[in-house]
Amino acid sequence: MTAKRRKFSSGKRSNLFAYGLLFPSFIFLTMFTFYPTLKSIQLSFYSGPMTRLQFSGLDQYKEVLADEIFRKVILNNILFMLGTVPTSLLLAMYLAIWLNKRMAGSSLLRTSFFYPTIIPLIAVANIWLFIYTPQYGLLDNFLHLFGAGDTNWLGNPNTVMIAMIVMIIWKDAGFYMIFYLAGLQNLPRDVYEAAEIEGAKPFQMFRHITFPLLMPTTLFVMIVAITNSFKNVDHLYIMTKGGPDNASNLLLYHIYEAAFTNWDLGKAAVLTVVLIVIMLGITAFNYLYLDRKIHY
Amino acid sequence: MKKLNYGIIIVLGIISFIPLLWVFITSFSPGNQVINGGFPFWVSNPTVENYVKAWETAPFVQYYINTFIIVFGVLIVQLFTITLAAFAFARVNFKGKNVLFILFLLQLMIQPEILLFPNYQVISQLGLVNTKLAVMMPYWASAFGVFLLRQTFKQVPYDLDEASRIDGCKWYQTLWHVYIPSAKPTYIAFALVSVSHHWSNFMWPLIITDSVESRPLTVGLALFAQSYETGAQWGMVAAGTVMVIMPLVVAFFIFQKQFVSSFMHSGIK
Repeated sequence: MTAKRRKFSSGKRSNLFAYGLLFPSFIFLTMFTFYPTLKSIQLSFYSGPMTRLQFSGLDQYKEVLADEIFRKVILNNILFMLGTVPTSLLLAMYLAIWLNKRMAGSSLLRTSFFYPTIIPLIAVANIWLFIYTPQYGLLDNFLHLFGAGDTNWLGNPNTVMIAMIVMIIWKDAGFYMIFYLAGLQNLPRDVYEAAEIEGAKPFQMFRHITFPLLMPTTLFVMIVAITNSFKNVDHLYIMTKGGPDNASNLLLYHIYEAAFTNWDLGKAAVLTVVLIVIMLGITAFNYLYLDRKIHY
Repeated sequence: MKKLNYGIIIVLGIISFIPLLWVFITSFSPGNQVINGGFPFWVSNPTVENYVKAWETAPFVQYYINTFIIVFGVLIVQLFTITLAAFAFARVNFKGKNVLFILFLLQLMIQPEILLFPNYQVISQLGLVNTKLAVMMPYWASAFGVFLLRQTFKQVPYDLDEASRIDGCKWYQTLWHVYIPSAKPTYIAFALVSVSHHWSNFMWPLIITDSVESRPLTVGLALFAQSYETGAQWGMVAAGTVMVIMPLVVAFFIFQKQFVSSFMHSGIK
């Protein structure tokens, strides 16, 4: 070890040096992550207009938790998550397994599945709004061929969530496919060779080798997908505004409405705290629990 | 079995491609043709009228300029902040390193996207509502970028570092001549993810901007699309949509390999 490096690795000087390096990042983290988080928590215990805030304890939490729309929104978000996450993960895995093999046109197909990832969700919403339009929309046009059609996909509380889920699967499955392709390339060849010698059938190989070995990838992608199901709400602005009758409303969009349409700051703060807790919960679950489970 | 699976995948691939194909074709269709039915993937008399009209109705040039400024304004500052922070976490031992690292980790969990409302308050306290600066600032620190780059910096051999110091380099010269060049692929990966992410960002700029001068393309497009509700104007909305997604789609087709590998990089933990 040289004198230079020793100087670099201990002592007050290197402390100050490191703090200096971290400072630029830290200002912005403080301004736009730490402070807003603490501020939301604080504000969630107060009510009234901005200029005359009064401490109200847990009143606002009680109010929000008792609110039927809030419950509906949370339920919607869970449905949205359950509808999008397992399906896009399974689809992504299926696509990756078959597209991992070299065949004519496989890179073209990969492109076709991946390109929706880079298109802004707001533009996706424009395109799919046309697809879902009753009568002359693309979907109904297609269904007319079979004598069906004229369904108001986005206007009906029973179909709107399904329509959203299908669209998000289209947008995200290709993104998750990329992680599975990477995961597949890291699988040990010799295990497969051994299994082949033992005469394992393709499905057995998938069931007993590929699927378990891909587990770390699956868990990682699952965390990304779950957080996305709470973050991706841009499409609601164009397609439904959360309607009809809040049937497609999601938590983050509900926060947007509370804060910027109704200017109900206390409620928005409570909702933001709920969302922060959910996000922390998902990632904490990942780091503290799942990360330990998947080392084998 | 094999044939069946490939068959399914080819069909899915075609279905996945249809929305892009369709928006592109519709953007060249005369207005009445869209609602009169007919085969939606064919235009009998293609026209650029939709583009002309869309271009005249909304200030797309200004929106393009705003988006460019925002996207690169975010990226340039990010490159500066993440380089310094990653260097500290990768190569300096200091008191409180673990605590600070966990604090950085928090941003991965609580991303600025979900702090719409409290961040609005911060920006309004700063008096910056309705500026391009306000759109950019919450993203100037990037925990994701710091972690990505720290990983790369850690792989730089100490020997190189020492050699440059023996040659009399100051720390910033070592950083500039040794670390930054060796992390070029990581910088490219980060830049692609950052640029495509901020090109697509919508909710935050929607809230924080309120004028043509500061609005990015995504918000401009949403307002433009909302002013047309009948199918007769689909052609125009499709043209607007194509204008917003085209730079990304073209860049994607040119840099496909880099895009795919950079999105893969974004999977680091």
